[in-house]
Amino acid sequence: MASPQTNGDLWLKDLTKTFGDFAAVDHIDLHIPQGSFFALLGPSGCGKTTTLRMIAGLEEPTSGKVLIGDLDITYAKAYDRPVNTVFQNYALFPHMDIFENIAFGLRRRNVSDLDKKVKDVLELIQLSHLARRKPAQLSGGQQQRVALARAIVNQPAVLLLDEPLGALDLKLRREMQVELKRIQMEVGLTFIHVTHDQEEAMSMADTIAVMNNGVVEQLGAPLDLYERPATQFVASFLGQTNTLQGTVVGPDGDFTVVDTACGRLRLPRTELTGSVALGVRPEKIEFAQTAVSGVPDGANVVEGVVTDASFIGVSTQYIVRLRNEQEIAVFEQNLLFGRRALVGDQVTLFWDPRHSFALAAQ
Amino acid sequence: MNAPVVPVPAAGVQAVRSTKAGTRRRWTPYLLLLPGLLWLGIFFIIPLASLLMQSLQTPVPNGLAGQFQQTWRFQNYIDTLSQPNFYNAMIRSFTYSFIATVLALLIAYPLAYAIALRAGRAKPLLLVLVVAPFFVSFILRTIAWKQVLGAEGPVVSTLQALHLVQQNFTIYPSSAAVIAGLTYNFLPFMTLPIFASLDRLDTRLVEAANDLYAGNLVAFRKVTLPLTMPGVVAGTLLTFIPASGDYINSELLGGSVNTTMIGKVIDSRFLVLSDYPAASVLSFTLMSIILAAVWLYVRKAGTEELV
Repeated sequence: MASPQTNGDLWLKDLTKTFGDFAAVDHIDLHIPQGSFFALLGPSGCGKTTTLRMIAGLEEPTSGKVLIGDLDITYAKAYDRPVNTVFQNYALFPHMDIFENIAFGLRRRNVSDLDKKVKDVLELIQLSHLARRKPAQLSGGQQQRVALARAIVNQPAVLLLDEPLGALDLKLRREMQVELKRIQMEVGLTFIHVTHDQEEAMSMADTIAVMNNGVVEQLGAPLDLYERPATQFVASFLGQTNTLQGTVVGPDGDFTVVDTACGRLRLPRTELTGSVALGVRPEKIEFAQTAVSGVPDGANVVEGVVTDASFIGVSTQYIVRLRNEQEIAVFEQNLLFGRRALVGDQVTLFWDPRHSFALAAQ
Repeated sequence: MNAPVVPVPAAGVQAVRSTKAGTRRRWTPYLLLLPGLLWLGIFFIIPLASLLMQSLQTPVPNGLAGQFQQTWRFQNYIDTLSQPNFYNAMIRSFTYSFIATVLALLIAYPLAYAIALRAGRAKPLLLVLVVAPFFVSFILRTIAWKQVLGAEGPVVSTLQALHLVQQNFTIYPSSAAVIAGLTYNFLPFMTLPIFASLDRLDTRLVEAANDLYAGNLVAFRKVTLPLTMPGVVAGTLLTFIPASGDYINSELLGGSVNTTMIGKVIDSRFLVLSDYPAASVLSFTLMSIILAAVWLYVRKAGTEELV
């Protein structure tokens, strides 16, 4: 609908939605560039679905604005804005066949060339042969694709996807992730994808906004969020994190030195002072051959005892109890024949300080 | 759309495993049907056959009133149905019943919609209120409508006080009063099935329609209404069929020859005049017409947009 000349970026400005005393969405500001694949990631109840519904026009904001380019759609009716949604349980019309489901939006707007448009999108989702079936006669994955087709055929300025893969089994979900990404590239629409599945968000989105308690905790590319989480919440919600409490001692070149119960450790230069938490991902930690050799210069080193080792195929996951009785997780790829360490072994662990990050202490 | 499927094992498998258990399993559905079939057979099929036969009887020559013999006289149908007071009563019945059904639908759909989708916590209470009239006898309620619509009743006096009608204006007794009574008495039968289908409606489908550029009215016409058609069909049938045969309302609220419905005619032919063949002819005709109408209606409503 938005002509290519006008800027189709989506802006949420100071957007708030309260239900009684509860702020489901609490003064959110977001800028989502046209054509991007954007994910709103967070646990259930974090406000991501409410945000989505406000963009769709199914929920009226308490305050704030929703803009597409210069067009203020904050209070536009759902049927009156260039936004379409792929609903969580697809919400396909059970009394219409697949063709009519997809044609629904086009018919409402008396779009010309309806037949061709529906056929093209059926081809895009590879379901041309099922055009005259009813939704109930399709598998979950097929229904999912029809729901997607029904939305994208309208060429909306923004396409919203509400947990679109939640109802599919794991294998199908992986396939659909690839498929969704392919379709997004092909049609070039702005996709906003709401999910609680961090892997789903990371594998598809260019940019992720991690939400918690109605606010955006951190915004960034998947890699940045994972490698440089800004808050404890983001660090623990995206993958697994070990955190060691400590106190900032001072700068040391490109690094900041932190004094912890397991010795002095370094992390990339931070502005934080006083007590901080040093975070490190389990897969970044390596085992040293012996306590004295095999540790590169400048690495962070801690010692401990292996209390648990579980073999899960691609990797072995160890739990190591440090000197201060804290337990940390260490993942090691199974590149060796046999085990690196056994339960009860005294081990020395090290990692490149660039893999650590500072989080404000809780 | 899907025919009920009785599982039929592949022939080969059956030959090997045709055990007692298999036989029993195959007969179970029929055994479950048996009580219902027996009931229908004894209390519906047999009386129906007897009614059909009675409609083809003629009076015993020189016999007493009410004595008939089986002569298979099909001319009975032509003789009876060509009498103006009979076919007029028949036409009147269907007209009243049709108007009452339409009115009940217009009242019941918004009512059911409000209860199912907008009432929130008041839903159970409102449902009880819909059913509450059943706690009072049908006849009593209809008599109460005499008071409501009577010359001194609230409806007429309100209209007179507002100077909307002449001082000598009356509603009762009249055709309008009969239709009002029919509408009122069958309203719960219309409301409940529609409520049930609206209550089951997945409101996310309406949101999806809104999302796909359908305004509220279009979303209703394209999504809500088609998906609740089973309730509408059930409700209209449950209203139209009994209303066509009803004569309490026309007796109590109409009370003149010009408002007589076919039920009353049949009643007096059977019980007062002992004219069994004519009564049977009328009964049978009434039933056939309703059956044909229902068949046409369900076919029309059923093939359009129902799942």
